[in-house]
Amino acid sequence: MSAAAASPTSFASRRKRLAEVSSRHRSWSIVVGIAIVGTVLPILAAIPPFTLATPTNAWMDGFTNAGVFVLLAIGLNLVVGVAGLLDLGYAAFFAIGAYTYSYVASPFGNSILGIKFVEVVSPDIAGLVFWPMLLVGALVAALFGILLGAPTLRLRGDYLAIVTLGFGEIVPIVFLNADAVTNGTNGVGGLARPALPIIGSFSALNPWPYYVSMLVVVAVVMMLAYRLVESRLGRAWEAIREDELAAAASGINTVTAKLLAFALGASTAGIAGVFNASKLVTVSPDQFTFIVSFTVLAMVVLGGMGNFWGVAVGAFVIYTINNVLLKVLNQFFDQVSFPILKDIDFIQLQFLLYGLALVAMMLWRPEGLFPNSRRQRELHTAMTEPGEDELVTAEATSEEGQR
Amino acid sequence: MSENPLDNEPILVAEGVSRRFGGLVAVNTVDFTIPERAIVSLIGPNGAGKTTFFNVLLGVIDPTAGSVVFRGRRMIARPERVGFESLLWVLPAVLLGLLSGLLAEAGIVSGRLVALLGFLTLMLLVGSLLLAIIRPVWYSTALERIGIFRSARPNDMVTAGVGRTFQNIRLFQNMTAIENVLVGMHTQLHGNLLEAFLQTPRVKAEEKAAERRADDLLTLVGLHGKGNEGARNLPYGDQRRLEIARALAANPKLLLLDEPAAGMNPKETLDLVALISKLRDDLGLTILLIEHDMKVVMGISDRVTVLDHGEKIAEGTPEQVRKDPRVIEAYLGAPAA
Repeated sequence: MSAAAASPTSFASRRKRLAEVSSRHRSWSIVVGIAIVGTVLPILAAIPPFTLATPTNAWMDGFTNAGVFVLLAIGLNLVVGVAGLLDLGYAAFFAIGAYTYSYVASPFGNSILGIKFVEVVSPDIAGLVFWPMLLVGALVAALFGILLGAPTLRLRGDYLAIVTLGFGEIVPIVFLNADAVTNGTNGVGGLARPALPIIGSFSALNPWPYYVSMLVVVAVVMMLAYRLVESRLGRAWEAIREDELAAAASGINTVTAKLLAFALGASTAGIAGVFNASKLVTVSPDQFTFIVSFTVLAMVVLGGMGNFWGVAVGAFVIYTINNVLLKVLNQFFDQVSFPILKDIDFIQLQFLLYGLALVAMMLWRPEGLFPNSRRQRELHTAMTEPGEDELVTAEATSEEGQR
Repeated sequence: MSENPLDNEPILVAEGVSRRFGGLVAVNTVDFTIPERAIVSLIGPNGAGKTTFFNVLLGVIDPTAGSVVFRGRRMIARPERVGFESLLWVLPAVLLGLLSGLLAEAGIVSGRLVALLGFLTLMLLVGSLLLAIIRPVWYSTALERIGIFRSARPNDMVTAGVGRTFQNIRLFQNMTAIENVLVGMHTQLHGNLLEAFLQTPRVKAEEKAAERRADDLLTLVGLHGKGNEGARNLPYGDQRRLEIARALAANPKLLLLDEPAAGMNPKETLDLVALISKLRDDLGLTILLIEHDMKVVMGISDRVTVLDHGEKIAEGTPEQVRKDPRVIEAYLGAPAA
């Protein structure tokens, strides 16, 4: 804010114009934006400073994995950032999506379903099932979102967080212990890789098909998310987040609306789960621990709650730092054998760094890196006029207490 | 006006409404009707039970006795056999689950059929939970027929045609004025998930029309040209007007205003009185007013009802009520015996 005020240059006005144009042609701006990012990343990965420690293909592979988290962050943003429902068990839906794919695309899963599919057809054909499974995974995850949400969405704030936390713990444990249908600790392996008619089955050695499909999936999900949030339903969610009683008094069925947000968030995680499973070619319960839920939440908070581009960037940055930068730091200090620093394993410090980053964010930029304009207004007014806001909260609680 | 609105058919009838909180009887067997196109007021000293009664009418809290009929339909009453309803949600799924379990044990069905039955059980559970949450009208009526009754919730009352404002302004502070009105229009718009995804021409046209109508409503309440201002940046009086515009957006037949003049200066109060009269005369709305400001109440009400300690102590035209000794006693205390 202060930066814009200090330099009222053409940069600020150009930025404003860009924002206007992008909101008028939302879908096109998303396609263009993703295309630009999608072209720049491979170029970066192919030029010297980045190729020193890691080869280009490994970068591309990492970017694709980061895309999975971008999807997760977009979905969780719908639940937490837009509708204001704190979901601490988001990894559960990620797991459900992944396992859904494993039933159709692995020999073990096929034997559970009592069908013979993967063994019989060639990988080039079997992989085609990946595309419809993206949708099926979304639907199944949404179904479980409804199952969890229906009894619990009457709860407010903290209580909902605890219930979702519980669900997030239960799901991996069920997958761990229901040996007969999930193969327990070992997980399900040998999943079919995605395939396309002409290029055939994707391979582990060539990251490009995965990378391009990830870009397409992210673009589509982002486009749908924006369309949704700018519709009547999106307005209802914003209203619920701001003031639930007033939203109900405006005719919004708050429970249905919250359930819808919850289910749609879950379905995005389902898509991410299918994609991730098809890329790792194996699913096991330890891929879906609380850390995943927490990481995605941190991505949403850091990126800027409520802003889909913001959380996407947040997810990308955090994933890259966690999985690439820390490794590179280790290598770097080992090579130059810097006194103390070479003995530090930065990967082990991951959560300390996380914690520090989050504390710093909350102190200096609570609205995240790229905030939603409404959030920013909310947080900054709250800071400048604490008196007024306390009053509003006190009134809100007294009226809610009557219910 | 020549005809007396009090002779009109009642739009809302509350019969014997009581609400107790533990030992405190906040509202005690109050009968209350609102004739169509009338402006009626509810007054009373602090703690008389006005807001509780108001919240009962709106479905925010359930009454402990009595019922509220709005436009011929019983909307609100003491909940009956609600426990059975939750049983209904899970019972079909549990029965099917047990049945398929038994069949599988007995070896009558096996393999894929068991999986199918399990899936059906799950779908049945999800289906009944969804039904219980969405609560379509036919579902409520069917339940009522078998003796299960649940009061309408606040959003059901809005759908039925009751709009409200709050005693302490509850706008969506971080949204703009026009967005506030658009949220109020929620029940009037029908764009669903699929249409939002596909951006169908119908939903685009609907959004355009909604924005035009929101502009009109803002003009009606005197906020022309302030649509893009943040709600929290509006002056106090404008916020009150915006709340009325938001309530009007749902096309209500009955508008419930909870102390709309609270905190207003005399000029703003005067404008508000003019606005309320306009709503009735031009839009044909029925209005129930809870108000402390006697200038407002006595100026525009067709009828005034006085509550004290949860009971109705007087009802009549403003003149009648003003002279009623019980009302004077309630407000000023009994004369020394």
